[in-house]
Amino acid sequence: MSPAELLDLLGRDFMQRALLAALLTGLAAPAIGTFIVQRRLALLGDGIGHVAVTGVALGLLTGTSPTWTAVVVAILGAVLIEVIREKGHTNGDVALALLFYGGLAGGVLITGLAGDGAAGLQVYLFGSVTSISSTEVWYTAGLALVVLTVTLGLLPQLFAVASDPEFAKVAGLRVRAYNLLVAVLAAVSVTVAMRTVGLLLVSALMVVPVATSQQLARSFRSTLLWAMVLGGVAAVGGLVVAAWLSARATVAPGPSIVLLALAMFAATWPVGVWARRRRRLAEPFPALGTGTPGPHEVDEHPHQHGDDCGHPAVPHDDHLDYVHDGHRHAPHGEHYDEH
Amino acid sequence: MLNPAGTAVVEARDVTVALGGRPVLRGNDLVVRHGEFVALMGANGSGKSTLVRALTGLRPLTQGSVLLFGTPLQDFKERHRIGFVPQRGTAAGGVPSSVREVVASGRLTRRPLLRPAGKADRAAIDDALEVVGLTGMASEGVSTLSGGQQQRVLIARALAGEPELFFLDEPTAGVDLPNQLALAGALRTLSERGATIVLVAHELGPLEPLVDRAVVMRDGRIAYDGPPLAHEDVHGHHHPIAGSHDHVPHVGSPFDTMSLDPREDRR
Repeated sequence: MSPAELLDLLGRDFMQRALLAALLTGLAAPAIGTFIVQRRLALLGDGIGHVAVTGVALGLLTGTSPTWTAVVVAILGAVLIEVIREKGHTNGDVALALLFYGGLAGGVLITGLAGDGAAGLQVYLFGSVTSISSTEVWYTAGLALVVLTVTLGLLPQLFAVASDPEFAKVAGLRVRAYNLLVAVLAAVSVTVAMRTVGLLLVSALMVVPVATSQQLARSFRSTLLWAMVLGGVAAVGGLVVAAWLSARATVAPGPSIVLLALAMFAATWPVGVWARRRRRLAEPFPALGTGTPGPHEVDEHPHQHGDDCGHPAVPHDDHLDYVHDGHRHAPHGEHYDEH
Repeated sequence: MLNPAGTAVVEARDVTVALGGRPVLRGNDLVVRHGEFVALMGANGSGKSTLVRALTGLRPLTQGSVLLFGTPLQDFKERHRIGFVPQRGTAAGGVPSSVREVVASGRLTRRPLLRPAGKADRAAIDDALEVVGLTGMASEGVSTLSGGQQQRVLIARALAGEPELFFLDEPTAGVDLPNQLALAGALRTLSERGATIVLVAHELGPLEPLVDRAVVMRDGRIAYDGPPLAHEDVHGHHHPIAGSHDHVPHVGSPFDTMSLDPREDRR
């Protein structure tokens, strides 16, 4: 496809709608994704995506808008995942897996009952540009704005809860409510991303831009903002690539968006490794002497150091040192020298 | 300072905690008065950490009551009056965060929802960083710091809310000597400012001169409460192996909860 043809395609109405939806998705998904990565729940979005498949199928079966049934089912699934995670302690991941597979299997089965078959579901699993109607773009925009407003507005609280729930609880924050809020926002952004990236790849847009931006960022806030920028670029760029390739073959936008985001990660990763290494090398050795006490009297130590005193012995030139309270003792007349 | 006539800041009566049906604390009474520096000591598994967690509301009581500043714990809303320093290992999450951001989250007890940080908030955060001696490292990533420095970040976070009562859970465990001295300096500053400090410690080390009351736990009961003891009196001579321990065997099935004790469920 020539550049002129591509420009012509990008100028079309349906493409403009898709670009707007992609941009909002690319901004909202990494914003909530940063908190999910902070809580080490990178696969939560994936789980919610699987559950949402059932929601889409219910929409197809009943003839209502799949966006709204997906929102409802995804929120229910996210709340259920969060409750299981909170109650189940160590084995939460097994319960989550049960839910994921149940969601996917239920979705495929119900779609079959609806008579649409796999093709009907395909649009929602991997995204589709052409199928987005203008009302759906407005839904997407509205939901994305809700996600962005709540995440950025409550950033200090959500950060405190995500980084140290126990401290947050003692500080009087409602940890459970905030955790549920993050789960619900994640569910909403999954459904927001459904039309562009698709349910099976949605988690990538929540996690990969965050992984990329944390290669270079040092603070939580800058990680979040850069992840949003990278997410927006990947979503819009991936959509354009998919449109450009569509002259030759049918390409869903989901895979191209995710591959572009991964390419950005691959490009920044070596830079991040190099920067961290440089920072470590630049770090000075800790100043000695501040905490090391001088020689002290033997009578501070009620026993004679020896083979059985319990203090590890370390050979040092012509004598033995004994490790004691983080420093080494060498018996020297009436006192111990610090070695 | 020991303060036998002062107002009671923490008042725990008959505090009993069971984890998974196993009693971890059995009928403990503890009164901490304004301005005291109390060290909770004892061997691993003696219940000292659990007692602090019960006093802060992190562990539900099976029996008994806790009053903070005269208010029952479950009705206690003035959270800015208490500062909590959890056991180490939670300063860094999955995303890089700067020292300043972590410390700033301690200020949330005094910041209403959706209100940006004001001048007083920033001043309190700067002051907290200064007390623990990390002023120059505010923009460093927390995960790049040493364990002892991370512990000081957590203390600064508790400090940022300008609390009157501090709970510290093993602040010196696994911290090198220079950092222990820095910690002791920060705690001395706090104590001199009139804060009440309750601290869990396995060994006091450089904190020893600051402590004016030692509470020794054994098998979930307070075995001693009085002036600080020499290390040998508390433990006998041994060298503890650092590491965490479990009170309860791990859960076997996904939907099981930890509260196997019916009395805990009722709460």
